[in-house]
Amino acid sequence: MNNVFALAGVVIKELYRRKDFYVLFIMTALITMVLGSVKFFNDDRIVRYLKDACLLLIWISSLVIAVTTTARQLPAERESRTIFPLLAKPVSRAQLIAGKFLGCWLACGLALVVFYFFFGAITASREHAWPLGIYFQALWLHWICLGIVVALVLLGSVVFTAPSSNATICFIIVIGIMFCGGHLNGVAVHMGGSSGTILYAIYYSIPHLEWYDVRDFVIHDWGLISWAAWAGATLYGLLYSAFLLGAAWLVFRRKTLTV
Amino acid sequence: MVNTVVEINDLRVEFPGRELRERPRLAVDGLNLQVRAGEVLGFLGPNGAGKTTTMNVLLGFVNATSGSASIFGVDVRQPIARQRIGYLPELTYYYKFLNTEELLRFYARIFRIPRGEREKRIAAVLKLVDLEAARKRLIKTYSKGMQQRVGLAQALINDPDLLILDEPTSGLDPLGRMKVREIIQRLKEQGKTVFFSSHELGEVETVCDRVAILHEGRLRVEGRVDDLIKQYQCNLEHIFLKIIGYQPLS
Repeated sequence: MNNVFALAGVVIKELYRRKDFYVLFIMTALITMVLGSVKFFNDDRIVRYLKDACLLLIWISSLVIAVTTTARQLPAERESRTIFPLLAKPVSRAQLIAGKFLGCWLACGLALVVFYFFFGAITASREHAWPLGIYFQALWLHWICLGIVVALVLLGSVVFTAPSSNATICFIIVIGIMFCGGHLNGVAVHMGGSSGTILYAIYYSIPHLEWYDVRDFVIHDWGLISWAAWAGATLYGLLYSAFLLGAAWLVFRRKTLTV
Repeated sequence: MVNTVVEINDLRVEFPGRELRERPRLAVDGLNLQVRAGEVLGFLGPNGAGKTTTMNVLLGFVNATSGSASIFGVDVRQPIARQRIGYLPELTYYYKFLNTEELLRFYARIFRIPRGEREKRIAAVLKLVDLEAARKRLIKTYSKGMQQRVGLAQALINDPDLLILDEPTSGLDPLGRMKVREIIQRLKEQGKTVFFSSHELGEVETVCDRVAILHEGRLRVEGRVDDLIKQYQCNLEHIFLKIIGYQPLS
């Protein structure tokens, strides 16, 4: 694990020395504060719209950070040739994949903590309450979801050469799953026949990222999510991430790297 | 008894054709080579001879089509085979967002050098490559010569028993070249094994105990520098040109 942690440390260092995170955070903060300063019809319920907008921005920003940070990891190592002195040391390719994953995932986690703290502060300034339980559950599930996304993008980066094409494809897949993933089984029932079976197969094989979007619980104060469901979603996310990382390692382990 | 540090047996490396009907390209063909403990072996050959491919196999970047290679008796496909080696690639690029000290700390951690010893080791290699004053500067701000010296520093961070250097002086000014040559000489005196490729034949003649000349993926000549000079009655440059079949313009 020593090598995995060392590699992860470098990824995190890269994130906080680049400007991407700061730009996204400032944009989120500015948009939320502008929205918060507007009083529509002196309606007190405006705080829900504010929470909705802020959480949506946090989801978008976190996905942008996760996908763009991860997509450039391995291609940048190859392009700048830093992969050669690195793999010339006692580092296995599995450790390289695991280190990159851990680094990107932890970096996303750190960014989420900052985003959610900001969200909490904005909400508390209006509602004068800190529902820490649901904030923790939402942040945690969001982070697990980003773990799956990071693993998916890492797999993409060993398959596709260009980080831009990998990032685009992964964005389409992630957004597609978040919007349509939960409805595929319903559509499959209506379709029937072989198309229905194929759609069912897709429904059961894709990672259900939409399960991790619990914004409504936070916005409408629906209370805590059942801890059993929370634990189940965590386990599902970790298993899915491990499966995607295993696939990335299988593709990467026999790949020829020429200086 | 002579200890063998690097052992290459009947190594063959083929790269698949890029086009569908393109034939595979043979980069290394039936290479047998041994590098003994404490010697400096010059690995020579014209561009495309298969030197870098052979080094890539030793470092685990490329898989051999057939044959085998081992370092300190360990199959090169095992990451642990690289525990006692230092590698300097032809072109050295390092993480742009790290400074030299951070980069060396990162590599030292990978080699599991204990925390207390780590800082001493970093200070020692920075002194050796004359980069103490610039240790806190980002590597991207360095000149090419300085970057090459960072490369050498990272190759030496684990106090390796075997150094693999791929054209270490390429693109350096005479001062930089002299500095690298002095370091190789010093390592040789310390009993380290050095396996390096170079196009600077004068440098090879000065530094190396033995040379191996590769051409079109095959090993053409191998032997002690003094013996080859006696045998061919000319300097290494002329021996090299003869072996690769160079015909002067008439």
